[in-house]
This record gives sequence, structure tokens and C-alpha cells, in this order.
Amino acid sequence: MSKILIRGAKVLGGEPQDVLIDGGTIAEVGAGLSAEGAEVVEAEGKVLLPGLVDLHTHLREPGREDSETVLTGTRAAASGGYTTVFAMANTFPVADTAGVVEQVWRLGKEHGYCDVQPIGAVTVGLEGRKLAELGAMYESAAGVTVFSDDGKCVHDAVIMRRALEYVKAFGGVVAQHAQEPRLTEGAEMNEGVVSAELGLGGWPAVAEESIIARDVLLAEHVGSRVHICHLSTAGSVEIVRWAKSRGIAVTAEVTPHHLLLTDELVRTYNPVYKVNPPLRTERDVMALREALADGTIDIVATDHAPHPHEDKDCEWAAAAMGMVGLETALSVVQETMVDTGLLDWAGVADRMSVKPAQIGQATGHGRPVSAGEPANLTLVDTAYRGLVEPAGFASRSRNTPYEGRELPGRVTHTWLRGKATLVDGKLT
Amino acid sequence: MDTHDSQSDARPVLEGPDIARVLTRIAHEIVERAKGADDVVLLGIPTRGVFLARRIADKLEQITERKVPCGSLDITMYRDDLRMHPPRALARTEIPGDGIDGRLVVLVDDVLFSGRTIRAALDAMNDIGRPRAVQLAVLVDRGHRELPIRADYVGKNLPTSLRETVKVQLAEEDGRDTVLLGAKPAAQ
Amino acid sequence: MQRHLISAADLTRDDAVLILDTAEEMARVADRPIKKLPTLRGRTIVNLFFEDSTRTRISFEAAEKRLSADVINFSAKGSSVSKGESLKDTAQTLEAMGVDAVVIRHGASGAPYRLANSGWIDAVVVNAGDGTHQHPTQALLDAFTMRRRLIGPDAGIGQDLDGKRITIVGDVLHSRVARSNVDLLHTLGAEVTLVAPPTLLPVGIETWPCEVSYDLDSTLPKSDAVMMLRVQRERMNAAFFPTEREYSRRYGLDGDRMARMPEHAVVMHPGPMVRGMEITAEVADSDRCTVVEQVANGVSIRMAVLYLLLGGNEPAVTHPRTEEK
Repeated sequence: MSKILIRGAKVLGGEPQDVLIDGGTIAEVGAGLSAEGAEVVEAEGKVLLPGLVDLHTHLREPGREDSETVLTGTRAAASGGYTTVFAMANTFPVADTAGVVEQVWRLGKEHGYCDVQPIGAVTVGLEGRKLAELGAMYESAAGVTVFSDDGKCVHDAVIMRRALEYVKAFGGVVAQHAQEPRLTEGAEMNEGVVSAELGLGGWPAVAEESIIARDVLLAEHVGSRVHICHLSTAGSVEIVRWAKSRGIAVTAEVTPHHLLLTDELVRTYNPVYKVNPPLRTERDVMALREALADGTIDIVATDHAPHPHEDKDCEWAAAAMGMVGLETALSVVQETMVDTGLLDWAGVADRMSVKPAQIGQATGHGRPVSAGEPANLTLVDTAYRGLVEPAGFASRSRNTPYEGRELPGRVTHTWLRGKATLVDGKLT
Repeated sequence: MDTHDSQSDARPVLEGPDIARVLTRIAHEIVERAKGADDVVLLGIPTRGVFLARRIADKLEQITERKVPCGSLDITMYRDDLRMHPPRALARTEIPGDGIDGRLVVLVDDVLFSGRTIRAALDAMNDIGRPRAVQLAVLVDRGHRELPIRADYVGKNLPTSLRETVKVQLAEEDGRDTVLLGAKPAAQ
Repeated sequence: MQRHLISAADLTRDDAVLILDTAEEMARVADRPIKKLPTLRGRTIVNLFFEDSTRTRISFEAAEKRLSADVINFSAKGSSVSKGESLKDTAQTLEAMGVDAVVIRHGASGAPYRLANSGWIDAVVVNAGDGTHQHPTQALLDAFTMRRRLIGPDAGIGQDLDGKRITIVGDVLHSRVARSNVDLLHTLGAEVTLVAPPTLLPVGIETWPCEVSYDLDSTLPKSDAVMMLRVQRERMNAAFFPTEREYSRRYGLDGDRMARMPEHAVVMHPGPMVRGMEITAEVADSDRCTVVEQVANGVSIRMAVLYLLLGGNEPAVTHPRTEEK
């Protein structure tokens, strides 16, 4: 592998520096580095970040290759500046055995756009009744350390307690999809003023908050750590803040769409806004931004959930839940957190790379941009503003809520261990 | 029927006393032609035809010393140009108690122009009953017929050009009685 | 008026009064020997019913036929829909047959809105009830019934329901009738009070333009009309109320309660009634109960709506349009 000199990039948004990549490693960081024998990337005015890490991606393979595959999903990830994605377990078959997780892991390796770290199911078939072979998945080639029934809540308190206890043996973490099932029967959107008017089944905030409250107490009781997926309400923020103040080992993620969109959009009955957890209110959005800024919420995770066109081009009740997010995540974070002054670029690097890599134990990712570190890097043109055009997505699906919306920022280059996966906005 | 607002340059062709006189004449003609008018029913076409019908009914009562049944016939839903405009608000159809079967119906309207309103009125009447005969009384006949329809009683024949408008104003609706002839406003 | 009728909230006061006034004229057609108008001759209307509702479908069908429209009835049962065809494909198939308007009843809230706004079809869409969202022609026929009873058929022309006190009782949470009525009655100037056990009122109701009460007895003496909503017995199993008996004791309308209403006040019900649950036979059969009138008025209202949406080259105008020169 040859040398690459990234010239004049604002590393983590700081002073312009040159970064020299040699092979898979960052060789040197400093001013006025020699370009001799190196391919030069002019990066003046752009921001250089460690490659982004997404702890919550649905790659859909195996089983729903009509909406996404490991190949298309990792290409979308590279487009969005990601060098690692954690692939959720709700595939067909479910990733609840060593065999399935190894298959996904191997596909990611073969395609080479982005590291793919499979997440194992907590319970067999995501059914919430019987623990899956968590240890076998940990010991597999995929080395699974994150377990989640995402899409479904591990609602049985005893099963959740056992899972939290069991993964301690190998330092795993359970990522909970917090949704009390009885309180969300027939739920279609956030329960409140808008649902009352639209006559759509209400999805109360308390259905999320009650599970989070229970699980942080369980984690405390058994001395384990717990990760909360896509936290979406102001009340959830309060519970996590309280738990952290008590020293409970809880981490939490927020999705880009919950940082930007509210349930007012559901008035269009356009299922592109149908997502789990549902879009909440303006008050929740503001609380989530604040919590991400002050560290109560640790990371941004996309919950990239591709669906074929026909699953969204229908009435609300019939539509699938979820939004694609890998290719717009950084732009939404810039819009909601950076351009609002809540977070600087170093903070973005922390929430979108460093912390998610730590939670998921993604070795070699989320590292500082300094000599000797793996060259997993993302270069962002932060001055760019443009309309979101789903037709240009690398993802196989187009179910974005941002079509036609103007957003800032554009990832121009992504390097995975020194190999460019994205150059001038084009996949290699 | 022209319903444009009166133009500043519109000139009156009939004033209040003229209108009263021609309505009296029409009433006499009806009595004469209907041989006493015992089975006459007057049906005015909204809006102004209804007021004219009532006035003629009053005059018939004076002449014959009998009450003459008088009602209204809304033709909106029978118009042949429905699909060319937004739907219009409906007006009242009020058929006198004894109906129109076997009677002599005199339709009353303010202006006879293309004849399409009267065609619609004949259709509307078809759904209500079967008169012995139908006649037509109008205050003004301005010509330019597009259908084979003619009036039996005409207040005033008014030769006009298609570039002109005829506007009837009646005290009941407009505060005064007059017929105005004006230029059509420029196309909008 | 807007091009489609999706929600009672889309109607302005003038739109609503125009519809009621038009319905008053339509009602008179029912008294004629020939109960038919040529107005929609050559227009094709499909009644697209994904939910069983014989009475609403028949009411629309009668209205359409009285206006001489060509009527196609499409029921989802036994059709391609039960074989998995989507709403979009069904609608496009029907439009390909030259349909001018779609009257749609659907179990999913928002389905008519989607049909009207997704670019799937060009036809005019009339909502005949969607999920727990809206049922605008029901609200219109209710308002029409109130205006006739409380003001009078002729005296009511041009009038709204300013200052009339309307009480709606029952399962508001699951009721599209309640939502449509609150919107329309508010637009028409009436004062609405919803009465229900707290379990049958939606979270978020505080922004609705109406009062909310848990106590039926205190609102009855202050009501010009009391509308009883159907309460399905199955709700009991989902713990919305303990027993049928307790529900009807606290929220049912019987003869004693009816006696507390002002003398002029009427009892309404959108049907079908569950006798013995929300209403006793004594009340249902009394001459203060307008259930049968509501059915007749439904045809007149639907004729008015179809005429005003389809009778011309565009929907009826109730406000002066700004002239474009």
C-alpha cells in the first residue's frame, strides 16, 4: 500500500495539519509534511475525524436482501464516513447462533468497505423466552460482545437479569430495545396531542422509560453493564442521568432522526416517518440534544433500517417501521449539534467514533488521529450544504425522511486501514 | 342571464314604471291566452325570475280576483354547463301545494338569451310532474338563441350585441327596479 | 372547499354552512315523485370499502344514485385485497377504469389522506370513515340534524350552530365520529362537552376545542343535544371499564337521565346502537331520539357533498377568489 498525504485538514476541527498515511497506519501528523512519494489529498477547510463507528445498523442479510445486503449496507456506511458497523441480529434466520454471526462477519470482511461486527441475539429467535448461545457467539470467529434482541424488547425481567449476568463472564454487553410490549400493543406513533388528533395508536413514552428504569436497576443489582438502544424521550434521559450519577454502568445511544424530527411530521401520514421508537415531541428532541452534549447520552447510532419501496408506499398502518440513516447521519449531527453550538468536532468524534468503539470493543477503531494509530479516517466538507437526494444513495433502500431537505456537511473521503473506500464522495 | 355587476357606463333601457307596466301587460296577455287563467301555475326561475313571478301573480290576482299558485324552480343541477364552473349554491325549488300535473305552467325569468336556462327548466319540471302545457314569460328577450326556444310573453325585445351585457335589477334583491345595458368587461 | 373531503377539520365555517344549506335542498328531492337529479350523469363513483359497513355504504350509494352517478361497489372481502393487493394497486386499478371519485372506508387511520395525497390517483377522495381518525360526512349529517331540530329546516338556512351546547358521551378514544364532530361543531360555533370514563379519552385531548367531563349527570341539564356513542362490549376485556353494568350505570342514557335534559334537547346516536349498554330502549324509541332522521339526513348530506365536490369543474367556492389578471 502506498503513502497518502492528507494536506491541511482540520484534525477534529482544530488547526490545519498534514496527516501522512503509510500502509494501514498513520505515519506522521504535523505541519508541512513532505509529500514525497505520496498521493496528495488536498483537505484545506475540511475536518478530519476518526472513522465513524455505528453501533446499530440493520444490514438485512441474510433473509431480506431485497432491502439491503452486507455489500450495499457497507458501501452506504463508507459513503457516510463509517469504518465499522455493528449489524443487528434480527435477520432471517436470526443471528442467534455462531453460524449466522460468522457468515455476516465473513461477508463484511470479503467486501472490504467497512468492518462488520455482528451483534448476537439475546434470546433464541428474538422470542424473549430462552437465552441464545451467547458464549458460542463470543467464541466464534466473529467474537461477538454486543447482544441485542433489537426490534423486540427483552421484556421478561428474569431473562433480562440472566442475560446481564451471563455476559459478564466474557465482558459482553446487552443492548436493550426498551419497549414494554403490553403498553405498546397497537401502537403506531408517539402518544400525545398529535396521536389523539390523528387517531393513530399511541406509543407512550412510559413504555420506554419503565423498561430503562427497570434495566438500570437490574444492571446495578447484578453488577453488569447495560446499553440502551435509540433512547427517545426526555424522561429516558432523566433516568439515565440518575443512573449514571449513581455509578450504574449504563450507556445510551440516540439516533440522528430523534435529534431532528418530531411527531408533527406524522400529520402527513407518510410512513417514511414511521419508526421504532416513534418520533417524539419538540421537548424530547431538545432534551436529547442536551443529553448528547453533556454526555448523558454517550453515542449517536443510526438504527439504519432499510425497507423496500413498497413497504413505505402504502397506508401508515401497513407500513414497515424504520429509516435508512448511514448516509445522512453525520449531516444531521452537524445540523443539530455542531451548527447549534452544542458540540464541537472533537465531541462529534467522541460520540460517533471513540465511544461507540469502546462500548462495542471494536479494536483499532475510535482511536486518536496520531502517529502509529490505524488509519481509519473520515474527511468531511463541513462548509457544504445540499439537498438530500435518495437516488444517489449507495444503500439498496431509499426510505429516508430527509428527501429534499437541505442538510450541511458531506463526507468526501473515508479510509479503512489506509485503504480509501470513498474518494471525492465516490465509492472505490 | 347576465349577472355581472353593473358597469359605470351601463345605461338604463327600462326603469321602474316601465317594468311595472310591462308586467301588467304580460298578466293581461296570460289571462287572455289562458282563457281566464284558472289552471295557471307560475314558476319563477331563481333568483330574479321568482320575484317577477310573484309580481305577475299579484297582478293576475287583481285581474281575476283569484289566488294564482306561484312557486320557484331551481335549475342549477340541470344546467348543461355544470362542468364548466365550480358548483353553484342551490336555490329553492318550491312547487305550490297542488302540484303542476295537468296545469298550465308559465315559467318566468328575467332575461332570455341562449335558451339554455329554459331547456334546463323544462328538464327539471320533467322530474316534478306533467303539466298540460308550458309557456314562458320573460322581462327581456335579448336574442342570440342557441336552442329552438321562444318566449310566449316578452316584456321588451332588446336587440343586443354579444359584446354587451343586460343586467336586471329588482327592488326585492337590488333595492331598485331597472334594466341596464352595458359593455361586457374585458376578459379576465 | 378543498378538492377532497378527508377531515371535518378541513372545512371552514362557510364550507360547512354551504354543505348544510345544499343538503336542505337535496332533502326536498326525497319528497318528489321522481327522487333523482341528473347532476352527476356520466360521473363514475366507486365505493371502496375495506371495512364492513353496510349502512354507510348504502347511504352513499343512495346519494350517488339520486344524483345519477354510475356506482361501482368494491368490498375488500373476497377481492384481490384479501390476496395481498395493496391499497395503491387497488386504487390505481379502479382509476384505470375511469373513476372520478373514490368513497373510501378503511380500518387504518390516514388511509384516505394517503390516497388523496400520494399521487397514486387523480380522483376525488371522500372519506367514509378511517380507523379512529375521521368520519366527516357523519359529523355533517349530525350537524344537519341538530340544525333542523334546534333551529328548523327553513330558519336554519345560512345559519351555523352558534352557542348550541352539544354533549358527546362514550368511547371517544376509539371514535372517529367524536373526532369529526368536535372539529365540525367547533367550526360551527357550538360548545362541545365530551363525557367518558378517563380510560376512554385519548391522552393529548387537552388541546381539543371542547370541554371534557367524567360526569354525565351534571352535563345533561346544560345540553341542547346529547350524542351517545356506541361502546363495544369487547372493550371491557381490555380493562377500559370493569363491567357492562357499571358502564351503563355511570354513562348510559336511560329515561331518568333523559328527563334531566332541557325539554327541547334531542338524543342522537350514529348507530348501530347497543341497546341496554349506552342507551336504553325507552330512550332509543322516544320521539326525542333522532336516530332514524339521522339516517335520512345522511343521504341528503352525502348528496350535497358529492354535488359540491363533483358537480362542477372544480370544488365549490365559498370564499371570493382573488382574481388573477
